[in-house]
Amino acid sequence: MKKVRISIGILAIAVIAVSATSCKDTKKEGNSTDGVQSEHMDDNGHMGDGMDDHSDLDHDNMQSSESMMSTNEHSMMSSKIVGDYLELKNALVADDKEAAAKAGGTMVASLNDFDTSSFPSGHQEELKDIIEDAKEHAEHIEKSPIDHQREHFDVLSKDVIDLIAITGTEQTLYQDFCPMYNNNKGAQWLSATEEIKNPYYGSKMMSCGSVQKQIN
Amino acid sequence: MVALVGIQFMPTDRNQSDFIPKTDFMVVNEVPKNIENIIKTSCYDCHSNNTDYPWYNKVQPVAWYLEDHVEHGKEELNFNEWDSYSSRRKNSKLKSIISQIEDDEMPLASYTLIHRDARLSDTEKKIVLDWVSKLKDSL
Repeated sequence: MKKVRISIGILAIAVIAVSATSCKDTKKEGNSTDGVQSEHMDDNGHMGDGMDDHSDLDHDNMQSSESMMSTNEHSMMSSKIVGDYLELKNALVADDKEAAAKAGGTMVASLNDFDTSSFPSGHQEELKDIIEDAKEHAEHIEKSPIDHQREHFDVLSKDVIDLIAITGTEQTLYQDFCPMYNNNKGAQWLSATEEIKNPYYGSKMMSCGSVQKQIN
Repeated sequence: MVALVGIQFMPTDRNQSDFIPKTDFMVVNEVPKNIENIIKTSCYDCHSNNTDYPWYNKVQPVAWYLEDHVEHGKEELNFNEWDSYSSRRKNSKLKSIISQIEDDEMPLASYTLIHRDARLSDTEKKIVLDWVSKLKDSL
C-alpha cells in the first residue's frame, strides 16, 4: 500500500516537474504596482495638548470628549510596547545580547496583545502593518547575535516611532539620530533620557548621535 | 537499521507548484533577466512555493530536514507572495535580504555545499545588492 503511495507520489512529482519545465519560459511581466509608502505623521508633539481643559466641552461636545478619552487610552495601549522597547534599547547600549534577546521576547508578547480595533478605521490598516513588522523584528532580536539585533532594532525603532505618532504617548521621549550607522545612512532611536547613549555602537561609540526632537 | 529503512516510507509534504501568482516578486517588479536568474537559482528553492528538489530528498531523514528548512524559509520570506506584503514589510524584507547577502549568511552554506550553482560570486553579489538597494530606495 505504501509502495503504491510512493510510486504515485513519484509519478506526480514527475508530472509536476515536466509541467514546471514546460512553463519555465512563460514569462510574466508587469509594471510595479507597489504603492508609494504613505507619509507618516511625524509630529505628534501636540497630541497631549488640549486635554487639560475639557471641562467646558463636556456637555456640548460629547463626541469630542469621547475621542479624547480614547486618545488617552490609545497612548496607554502603546506604553507597554514603548516600555519594552526602551528596555531593549538599554540592553543594546550596554552591549548585553542576552538582555536584549529577553526584552525582544517580552516585546513580541506586548505586540501580540496590542488591539487595533478601538482605533479609527483609517489608522487600523497602518497599525496592523506596524505591529506585524515590529513583531517580526522583535522575534529576530530574540534569537540573533548582537550585530543582527542592532540591524533589526534600526527598523524596529522606525516602527515604534510611527506607532506612537498614531497612538500618542504620555511619556517624554527623545528621538535621537546616529549618522554613522547603516553605512553612514544613519539610524534613529527613542530614549527616555536626553543624554545620548548610542544603542547601535554601545561602548564603542557611546555618545555618538544627537537629539532630533523631543516628544512631549 | 530497521528504523532507517522504515522511515524511508514516511511521507513528507513537498513544496512544489508550477503556479506563478500575481503577487510574485518577478511579476510585480521589473527585474532584469540576469538578476532574475540569480535570485531564482539561489533563493527560490527555499523562499518560494516551488522547490527544485535534489535527488537526495528521496532519502529520509534528509527529506524531513529539508521540509523543515523550506517551511521556515518561506515563513521568513516568500517571493511568490511578495506583493501581499505591506510597503513597510517590503522595506524590511529588502533590508534583510541586503544584510544577509552582504554578511554571506544567505544563501546558506549548508545549501550551497551541494547546490554549487547557487553560490554567489563577488560580482553576482554586487550586482544583486546594487539592484536590491535601488529597489528599496524606490519604495
